Amino acid sequence: MADTSAKQVLFEPIFNNNPIGLQILGICSALAVTTSLNVTIVMCLSVTAVTAFSSLAVSLVRTQIPASIRIIVQMTIIASLVIVVDQLLKAYAYEISKQLSVFVGLIITNCIVMGRAEGFAMKNGPVLSFLDGIGNGLGYSAMLLFVAFFRELLGAGSLFGFSLLPTVNEGGWYVPNGLLLLPPSAFFIIGLAIWGLRSWKPEQVEAPEYKLSRHKAKEAF
Amino acid sequence: MAKAKETVSRTLIVALVLSIVFSVVVSTAAVMLKPAQVKNQSLDIKTNILSAAGMLPAGASAEQIEELFSRFDVRLVDLDTGEYVEPSAVGVEDPMKFDMYKAASDPKLSTSIPASEDVAGIKRRPNIAKVYTLTENGKLKRVVLPVHGYGLWSTLYGFISLEGDLNTIEGLGFYSHAETPGLGGEVDNPRWKQQWVGKKVYEDDMTKPQIRLVKGGVDANAPDKEHKVDALSGATLTSRGVEHLINYWLGERGYATFLQKLRQGEV
Repeated sequence: MADTSAKQVLFEPIFNNNPIGLQILGICSALAVTTSLNVTIVMCLSVTAVTAFSSLAVSLVRTQIPASIRIIVQMTIIASLVIVVDQLLKAYAYEISKQLSVFVGLIITNCIVMGRAEGFAMKNGPVLSFLDGIGNGLGYSAMLLFVAFFRELLGAGSLFGFSLLPTVNEGGWYVPNGLLLLPPSAFFIIGLAIWGLRSWKPEQVEAPEYKLSRHKAKEAF
Repeated sequence: MAKAKETVSRTLIVALVLSIVFSVVVSTAAVMLKPAQVKNQSLDIKTNILSAAGMLPAGASAEQIEELFSRFDVRLVDLDTGEYVEPSAVGVEDPMKFDMYKAASDPKLSTSIPASEDVAGIKRRPNIAKVYTLTENGKLKRVVLPVHGYGLWSTLYGFISLEGDLNTIEGLGFYSHAETPGLGGEVDNPRWKQQWVGKKVYEDDMTKPQIRLVKGGVDANAPDKEHKVDALSGATLTSRGVEHLINYWLGERGYATFLQKLRQGEV
């Protein structure tokens, strides 16, 4: 990966190498925090900040890290950053931190953060790694915002908390689709998004691992 | 270089330096941000109390909330005797500092509830509860009581506010729960909460709470409609949980003794 330019690492992950869409990482939080756009945006900012700064920190010390404790060192850096983000949210965005609850802490286990530290920051310089972290954060955010847009609009009839489709419970006409407020709906939306992405960019489709052969033996007759 | 990196001493040094650096980073953040966090938490509780009492103006500022809340008296009550107790009895100076939910897991400060009586599904009940009273011109105007109980997935924590007659409900609100969004989660719906306003908890004898959550709406001609509230549609178990927790906490094992004494001016 010698030809990686700054622009490329920053924008590549949004559509061409989306961490959720192509690498299928970070699905867990994509299911949990996408019921409303406000919460989603804070989660996206937190993940982007953690990915960027952990990649930066890992990249800065990458020549010093002994291979035997490599993963633990990365975990320590990521975990510390996540705790700092969690503390900041509790101090300055209390309402939202209550809604995000455990999912801020679970950024530690978000595969994207660890994946970028191990897969990119260990081999590249600090600036590129930082940009790579931001880029992957943006890719994650793009997918989350897409999911949250549909879940909040169709599940609660609002966007960013402003009521667009007045729901029956509030005296309007729209019967909200309760399924969209539950985590499984995010699976459907992500699945459809990946389908859309791969129809638009067919090079993302993986080659099938094996081909189904035709039936030859006539066993059941 | 690549070889020197892998020695045992080197590995230990890197691990040690890294641990020290990051523990300093984490503890600095925790200590520096602590005051802001404590302030947020206490403001959050006050907001919940005011909103249950229907006293919270939309978009109230932190100062407004502090000002409104300062009109309340915070007292600790022994649930068995119904008498006020001094904060020193539970080892705190300021009654606001007493955490009754933490006390519920302390065997010295709580009683276990026999399964047959545990309608709210809370297993242990603190002996001492924290109540908020509002007195205006020497007359009791409202009492806000903390309540909690099990719904479908989670324990719901909230406050119920009663008018000065200690029978009419002025409002209720849950500030923490994990019920299904859109179904049980509708306990947060302002329109649903609005129905509770003006309902009566007790019959004239003021002993047994009579709140019922009924299906299909409250019939305007029903004889006991002042005790009935329309249940949440699609959330039978959450509704049942709310009914049970209100009746438990306003019953004789909960605040009934205290309310009785308060009504007769004995405390």
